Amino acid sequence: MSTYYNPADLAKFGNITEWQSEMGNKFFSYYAEVFKEGALTEREKALIALAVAHAVQCPYCIDAYTTDSLQKGADEAQMMEAVHVAAAIKGGAALVHGVQMMNKAKELSM
Amino acid sequence: MKSLHARHAALADTGYQLLVLTQAEAAGAQLPAFAHKLRESGLLPLRPTGIGVMQINVGRMCNQVCKHCHVDAGPDRTEIMTRETMQLCLEALARTDIPLVDLTGGAPEMNPDFRWLVEQISALGRSVIVRCNLTIIVANKKYHDLPEFFARHRVQVVSSLPHFSAGRTDAQRGEGVFDKSIRALQMLNAVGYGVEGSGLTLDLVYNPSGAFMPGSQQGLEREFKQRLGRAHGIVFNNLLTITNLPVSRFLEYLLESGNYESYMQKLVEAYNPVAAANVMCRTTLSIGWDGQLYDCDFNQQLDLRVAPTAPQHIRDFDEARLLARSIVINQHCYGCTAGAGSSCGGATT
Repeated sequence: MSTYYNPADLAKFGNITEWQSEMGNKFFSYYAEVFKEGALTEREKALIALAVAHAVQCPYCIDAYTTDSLQKGADEAQMMEAVHVAAAIKGGAALVHGVQMMNKAKELSM
Repeated sequence: MKSLHARHAALADTGYQLLVLTQAEAAGAQLPAFAHKLRESGLLPLRPTGIGVMQINVGRMCNQVCKHCHVDAGPDRTEIMTRETMQLCLEALARTDIPLVDLTGGAPEMNPDFRWLVEQISALGRSVIVRCNLTIIVANKKYHDLPEFFARHRVQVVSSLPHFSAGRTDAQRGEGVFDKSIRALQMLNAVGYGVEGSGLTLDLVYNPSGAFMPGSQQGLEREFKQRLGRAHGIVFNNLLTITNLPVSRFLEYLLESGNYESYMQKLVEAYNPVAAANVMCRTTLSIGWDGQLYDCDFNQQLDLRVAPTAPQHIRDFDEARLLARSIVINQHCYGCTAGAGSSCGGATT
């Protein structure tokens, strides 16, 4: 193995059912259901997936949901705004802990 | 941007395009021959089921040079249909019950006999579709009255608009095309096109602006209606999603951007036997600017004429012999059978 991530592996995602078919099939059936149009449109779901893909920093997911967002009709501005949402939440999640830091510092300080 | 023809590019040679398409088949077992897939689906040889549409390509001349154009159309292309050849098409049409004539190009309106042809088809009581690129309406004063002309003949207008954002539209169709298209759509709406109850149909065509397949036709239509309505007050009837086929300038784009293999792979993986059974070539007769006959406009642009058992030119039109032919197929046909299917009328499943 020369790299941890190989783009060709994305197409092999379905192969995970080979070693545990019941759980794998249940996952893919659930996955397909999640991305169907419901209260949210398919495009909105693709953009949420794209944002989450950046938050969890999954190269496979970024590849898949960049393509999917384009296919569902999203444009560059919408896609970048989705990434900013991910960045804001991740940044915010770090910063909001600053309050905890402040609380502790105050507790320890005169 | 110039046409492949104007640039004397290797891909201007259709023989070379076919070589690229079939070489990839030989190089990788992952890209099976399209004929093999059809055989698995029980559809080989592919046969016509009727002629529901006579599609006439009245010429390659166009005011635009779109990056994905499978016709390699542009202002430099001088191949256009003469009135004599149009007359032959009309004579053939009159001998049949074909209900619909689909006029395409280039920009069909640039053919000096375009309006005459529409009038003659209308006089035969057949419906007409014009594949209008929109910008032609605002390109020159002599085209400004096209919306009124279309309305007078109840022409169904089918227009490309790859996206509701200017950036993605202009990236495919050229700088400034989006704004001109919006103006043209507003002019079409003003005479009733796309307006409920008017009976004047305005359909938009969505081609992906890149190496990916179109999403759900229904979902995209809803999105387009919302966005174009809200931002520009535009209304239309249907959105037709069309997959880009690896032909001509789109093939060039795929090769130059390094997307060719993965795009073909996507098309092959998305092969849908239901879409294969519904391909448009089974109900279409395509006529070239010079009167030559083809199974579809893509085959026409690849110089793949109808099978030799069938008449080759519109002057020899013979419906029975055409219906008995085998449809000519090649690797580009994967574009029409992928996912929800693709045709000049949008998704096929």
